[in-house]
Amino acid sequence: MAAEMLVVHELNKTFATPSGDVIALNRIGLQVKQGEFITIIGPSGCGKSTLLKIVAGLDTKYEGTVLVNGKPIDGPSIEKGFIFQEPRLFPWLTVEKNIAANLSLRKPEVRKRVDELIALVRLQGFERSYPRELSGGMAQRVAIARALLRSPDILLLDEPFGALDAFTRSHMQEVLLDIWQSNKTTMLFVTHDLDEAVFLGERVVIMNPRPGHIRSILPIDLPYPRKRAGHAFQELRHKVLNEFEKVEGPAVDEGAHI
Amino acid sequence: MSGQSVSRETAGKAAGSDWLSRIPRPLHGWIVPVLVVVVWQIVSGLGILSATLLPAPASIVKSFLALCASGEMAEHLSISIYRAGFGFLLGTSLGLLLGLSAGLGKLVEKTLDPSLQMLRTVPLLSVIPLFILWFGIGEFSKVLLIGLGAFFPVYVNTYLGIRSTDAKLYEVSRIFQYTRLQQVTKLIIPAALPNILLGVRLSLGASWLLLVVAEMMGTSAGIGYMIQDARAYSETEIVFVGIIMFAVFGKLSDSAVKLLETRWLRWRDTYKG
Repeated sequence: MAAEMLVVHELNKTFATPSGDVIALNRIGLQVKQGEFITIIGPSGCGKSTLLKIVAGLDTKYEGTVLVNGKPIDGPSIEKGFIFQEPRLFPWLTVEKNIAANLSLRKPEVRKRVDELIALVRLQGFERSYPRELSGGMAQRVAIARALLRSPDILLLDEPFGALDAFTRSHMQEVLLDIWQSNKTTMLFVTHDLDEAVFLGERVVIMNPRPGHIRSILPIDLPYPRKRAGHAFQELRHKVLNEFEKVEGPAVDEGAHI
Repeated sequence: MSGQSVSRETAGKAAGSDWLSRIPRPLHGWIVPVLVVVVWQIVSGLGILSATLLPAPASIVKSFLALCASGEMAEHLSISIYRAGFGFLLGTSLGLLLGLSAGLGKLVEKTLDPSLQMLRTVPLLSVIPLFILWFGIGEFSKVLLIGLGAFFPVYVNTYLGIRSTDAKLYEVSRIFQYTRLQQVTKLIIPAALPNILLGVRLSLGASWLLLVVAEMMGTSAGIGYMIQDARAYSETEIVFVGIIMFAVFGKLSDSAVKLLETRWLRWRDTYKG
């Protein structure tokens, strides 16, 4: 249980641009235990999405060590699920076929799992609907079910609820916590929403831009389900916010010099 | 006051569509053609129009029936459909094949596409003399001409469709470790299908057009020949019969592709007017 699911050590990433090299990630170090829920928060341009894409294996041009289950990454694999900011469903496939994607629904075990997942994300009755008929929240639930079908060891989420309205978002956060608690999937959740980071994460990783690096990692020692209005929650929220302001202040100044 | 104006407006709307709503919906498109034919028949009956310029609808129908009875129609029609169908199949299958290879592979794109894009801009009718010199005026020459016309729309649109596949969905296919074959069959072809079908529809149009051209450049059978022959003897009714046959078969083949579109592209979320 305490095994390190993900180890990131001295990770550097540089983008070549016409106006010279830009350091996107600078000496990132992070260790995530099996079954842990980590949220990564930071302003845009801090490299949080880049970090996620490297872990996913979508971006293999980096320096340093990234180990998943003790093995270096050599590309995307089914043990790493990825959920994008947009649902990215195949518009020509129905909900159930989108979830199955390249697996055949004719196989009884796939059929059974897809039906279970549709129940889990509460989409019964929409199995045969096309993506255009779904709301944003429903489409994102399909994307979650699609990622879960492959039973990933780690789920990488890149601002998955960023485009949703406040009500749908808080509902989706609860759906995700339910899934985490029942499946014990390791979660790496990138967000720019302070409440979301504190509400979901066991630890909050605060990232700082130019160049992107980890400012601090704060443990959130609150039992689930968390109450947003609670005193302890607000206190922790302030604590993260303070870290954030430290991040924002000098970062902007430094930016002005470049 | 505003309530009053609203009610007046809805009342006016109801009265306006009243006579239309009495006619079954599928027949709405037929209202104008039927009216035109009725007026045409009446005017012809009054003897205002010369029968050699504009024969009455009834005499057109009569000559159509006569052509059917004598078996001439079946003969002309079958050879025309054979030419158009064969040329269309040849052109579209080659267009699909090359469009897929150019869209999927850099090698074909770099080597073949520039030449094809250049040839595409040559007006097809200008190569007819060359075709006659090379292949004569036989069936081979005609089918080849139609095939060439059908080729380009499918080629261009297949290529375009493949290249407009959403890069974000491609990333999803990488995450789920699609094989290359799965990427082609489950991502790229479905994404390109709207363009491919558009290409097929344009090819059909080109095929019918070139069929007429091919049948007028020298032959002894086919609807195009029938028209040409009738013109020589001033049998205007038969010219009309030929034109109407082209219209009917053009529409039928277009509807067939449209039917495929509605069945295969049901998922599309587009403005429907």
